[in-house]
Amino acid sequence: MEHFLGFAIPGIPYGCTYAIVAVGLVLTYQATGVFNFAFGAQAYTSAFVYTKLVQNEQLPVWLAFLLSVVILAPLLGLIFDRYLFRKIPNTNTTAKLVTGISLFVGIPALLPVLFGSQNQYNSPSILFDPNTVYFRVAQTPVNGIYLSSVVVTAVVLVALVVLMRFTNLGLQMRGAVESRRLVQLDGVNSGRVIATAWAVSSLLAGLAGVLLAPIYGQLQAQDYATLLVAAFAAAAWAALRSFPIAALVGILMGVADTVLQGYLPATSSLSAAVLPSLPFIVLVLALLLVPGMRKLHDDSDPLSSVDPPPPPTTASLRAPQLSRVIRIAWYVLLAAFIVSMLSWMPKTWESVFNSGLAFSTIFLSITLITGMGGQLSLAQATLAGVGAFTAAQLANHLGLNFLAGAVVGAILAAAVAVILALASLRLKGLGLALMTIAAALFFDNSIFSEIGVSHGVALTVANKWVGLGILNANGHNLFIMLMIVLVICLAAVTLVGNGTTGRFLAAQRGSETAAAGIGINITWQRIQIFALSGAVAGIGGTMLVIQQQTVNAMQFNYQLGLAFVVIVITTGVSAIEGAIQAGMGYVVVQQVLTYLPARYGGNGLTFVLFAAGALTYVAHPEGILEYQKRRWTMRFQRLILPGSSSGPPTPPMPGSDNGAKPPISVPSLDGPFTGVAATEGGGP
Amino acid sequence: MRVPKVFRSPSTGPPIEGPDGSPLLAVAGVTKSFGGIAAVRDVSFTVETGESVGLVGPNGAGKTTLFNCICGQLQPEDGRVELKGTTLGRLPTFQRARLGIGRTYQRVEVFADMTVREHLLVAERARCADGQLLRDLANRSRPTSAEITRVGEVLDLVGIADRAEAPVSALGLGSCRLVELARALVAEPCLLLADEPSSGLDLTETQELANVLRTLQRERGMAVLLVEHDLHMVAEVVDRTIVMDLGAVIAQGTFDEVMADTNVRHAYLGTSA
Repeated sequence: MEHFLGFAIPGIPYGCTYAIVAVGLVLTYQATGVFNFAFGAQAYTSAFVYTKLVQNEQLPVWLAFLLSVVILAPLLGLIFDRYLFRKIPNTNTTAKLVTGISLFVGIPALLPVLFGSQNQYNSPSILFDPNTVYFRVAQTPVNGIYLSSVVVTAVVLVALVVLMRFTNLGLQMRGAVESRRLVQLDGVNSGRVIATAWAVSSLLAGLAGVLLAPIYGQLQAQDYATLLVAAFAAAAWAALRSFPIAALVGILMGVADTVLQGYLPATSSLSAAVLPSLPFIVLVLALLLVPGMRKLHDDSDPLSSVDPPPPPTTASLRAPQLSRVIRIAWYVLLAAFIVSMLSWMPKTWESVFNSGLAFSTIFLSITLITGMGGQLSLAQATLAGVGAFTAAQLANHLGLNFLAGAVVGAILAAAVAVILALASLRLKGLGLALMTIAAALFFDNSIFSEIGVSHGVALTVANKWVGLGILNANGHNLFIMLMIVLVICLAAVTLVGNGTTGRFLAAQRGSETAAAGIGINITWQRIQIFALSGAVAGIGGTMLVIQQQTVNAMQFNYQLGLAFVVIVITTGVSAIEGAIQAGMGYVVVQQVLTYLPARYGGNGLTFVLFAAGALTYVAHPEGILEYQKRRWTMRFQRLILPGSSSGPPTPPMPGSDNGAKPPISVPSLDGPFTGVAATEGGGP
Repeated sequence: MRVPKVFRSPSTGPPIEGPDGSPLLAVAGVTKSFGGIAAVRDVSFTVETGESVGLVGPNGAGKTTLFNCICGQLQPEDGRVELKGTTLGRLPTFQRARLGIGRTYQRVEVFADMTVREHLLVAERARCADGQLLRDLANRSRPTSAEITRVGEVLDLVGIADRAEAPVSALGLGSCRLVELARALVAEPCLLLADEPSSGLDLTETQELANVLRTLQRERGMAVLLVEHDLHMVAEVVDRTIVMDLGAVIAQGTFDEVMADTNVRHAYLGTSA
C-alpha cells in the first residue's frame, strides 16, 4: 500500500489542476453553452504573466497573483464574452468551436510576440512553500505544491456547487444556457449572468495556470495544451454537467498517470505507448460510452428562428456577366502564375509557392470535410501525416517511389479517416471535434513519435525516391508535379461538390432529419466524405514532404491541425478556392514575416494573424475573405450593372395627427440578413 | 441493406400493395416513453392504400412522437410498425423513406443552402440510391431530363413553380411548408405523413393544400396520415379520423362521429364540456 501511495500522491497536484480546469470547462458549458477551447490558453496567459511579474518585475507573489489571476483572467473572460461569444447564436456550435480554437491557437503565439520568447523557469507557488514538507502520508512527503493544489481544488469545488445549486445566480445561469433570449423575456439580465459565468470560469483558468506553473520546471504552452486535453477527458466523463464527477475523474487521471509511470518499466514499449496516450484514451472512451456526450448536439434555442439564415456564397450573388469576367480573370492570373514560375520567379519565392501548392492540397481536405460535409475535423494534419509517413516508410524500407507511395499513403489515410468516421458515427459538432483532436494527439504521441521514419530521426527525402528530376534544384519539375496533383484534387473535389454526393451533403447540412426522411443514408455519406477527405489530405501530406525534402513528426502535429482549420476558415471554407487562398496566403504571410525582426518571424505571428481573421467567423461564417469578396462583388456589380441595386426609398417617419404618442411605435425599420432584406421600411 | 425491389415506390400509378392484402400501414401496440412520461401508450390502428386518415388531438397528445416512431426517427419500446405486411423493426429512417414513407415536419425542416428546385432534385435522386462517389468523379451525376421533368410536374402540382429558383432562405414559412410537401411528393410515397402542413399558411393556401392532398389521394392512390389542428381542413381531406389524448387513442371513426364523442369533447374542451 505504501508503495502504491508513493506513486499515487505525486499525481495529486496534476490531478487537482486537471480537476480545476475540468470544472471550469463544465462551468463555462453549463452557464454559456460554450465548450471553451481557449481555457488552456487562458491558464497559460495567467501563468506567463504571473511568472513574468514575479521574476522580471520583482513584484511580491500576492500582488502578481492579484494582477494575473484575480484581475487579468476574469478580464480576458469578459472580453471574450463581450466581443466574441455573446454574438454567437446558442445553436451555432461550429462558430463557438472555431472561436475557441482560434483563441487556443492565437493566444500562446501572441504572448512571445508581445513579451519576447525567452524561456521562463521555476514559477513560485501561490500558497505554501514548495520546498517545505508539511507532513507525510504513508511515508510520502507532502510539500507546499501538493498542499496548495488540494486546498484550492477543494475550495473551488465547494464554492461552485453552492453557486450553481443554491443561488439565484446559478439558477439564472442554467436558464441562460438554454436560451439567453428566452430568459431575457422573463426579466433576467442574461448578459450580466453570462458575463459573470465567463469571469468566474476564467478566474478558474488563471488559478489552474498559476497552480500548475511551479510543478513544471519550464513554462511552456505545450504543457497547458496537454493539461487542457486531460481536462477535456474529465469533463467528458461528467457529460459536461457534474462538477464532482469532473473533479473526481481529473484527480484520478493525475493519479493514474504517476501510478502507471511507477509500475510500468520505464523503457518498455507499453510504457512509451500507454502513458502519453492516457488522456486521449480516457477521452475517446468517454465519447463512446457516456450517453450525454452523444446528445450534446441536441441543444437548441427555442428562439433560434430569430437568427438570420446563412449568407449566400459570393458566386450565387454574381450576375452571369460578372461571373464570366471573374472566370476569365482567374484564368489570366493562373496563366501569369504558371509563366512566372517557369521563367523569372526567384528561387526563394518559387519554393514558397511550391509549398503553398502542397498546403492547398491539404487544405482542400478541410474544404471537403468542413465546407461540404459540415463536420469540424481537427485531425486533417494527422491524416496528411499518415500519407506522408506511409510514403516515407515505403521509400525507406522498400525503396518504393514516393509518388507510388503517395497513392498507398492516400489509401491508408482514407482508411484511418473511415475508422475515425465509424468511431464517431453518433457524434457531431463538439463531440466530433473532441474525437478528432483525441485521434490527432494519439498519433502525435504514440505513433508519429514512435515510428518516426528512421528510428525517430527525421528523414531527408532523397532524389532516388522521387525520380523524374522532380528534386533537381535547377528545374521546374517539382512545380509542375505539384500543380498537376493540385489540379487533379481540385477537379475531384469540384466534381464531388457539384455531384450527387455534394448535394446530399448540402441537404445534410441543412437538416439531417429531413435528409434521412427523403432517403439519404447519412452514415454512408459521412463515411464517403471522411474517406475522400483523408485521401486528399494524405496526398497533400506526401506532396508537402517532397517539397520540404524532409519528413518529421513536427510537420503534422495536432497544433498545426488546429491552425490549418483556423487558416482555411479565415479564407473561406465553403468555397473551393478558399483552400487555394488559404494555402497560398499561409506561405506568403509566413515568408513576408521573415523580413521582420526574428521575434515576429516563424509560425507565431502567422498564426496570430490567421487566428484574428478566424475570430471574425462569428460575424462572417463564410470566412472574412469570402465576405469581403461578396461585399466588393456587390459594389462592383452595382457600379457596372446599376439595375441590380436594391432597396426602396425609406418612407417618412410615421407620426400621429393629434400629436399624442402612440403606446408603441415602430419607426421605419430595415433589417437586412446578409444581403437579403428581412424587413423593409417597417412602420406601424 | 438493399431495399427489396418489390417495395420500391412505382414511378407512376398506384402503389404496390402488400403481398397478402394486408393494410398499407399497421401500427400495433406502439408505446414510447421519455423518462417517466409515456408520450405514446399502446397505440394501434391501420391505414389502407389510398386512404386518408386524420390524426388529431390536443397539444402533447403524442401525435408527432407517433410519426417519429413510424418513420424510424424514434424506436418504440413496445409494439410494432408494419408497412405492406412487413415489420419495419429497427429499419433506419432513410430505408423507410425508400420503402415509400414520405414525411413533412411540424417544425419546418428545409435545406438552407438550396433553391426550391434543388430540394426536389435531391429528393428525386435520394429515393433511388446512395450518393455515388465514383459517378460524381466521372462527372455522370448531372440531373437527367427525366428527373427535371418529374420535378417540374411536382412544382406545378403543389403550385410553387414560380418560386422554383428562389433560395428557401428567402421564402416565408408558408412557402417552406409547400417546399417540404413537394419534396416529400417527388419521391412518390405510398404513404405521406403530413405533420401540421397548414401551419403558417393563409386560408387560400390551406384550401389549395387540401386540394393537392385530395388529388394525390384520389387520383394517385397515395395514403395520407394527417396531423392537423385545423379541423376544417381535416374534415375536408380525411376519410377517417383518429383522436389521441395523453399518448393514447381515445376515438376512431368518421370525422363527424369522433367530434360527437364525449371523450373527444372532454379532451378538447375540458371537464365542463
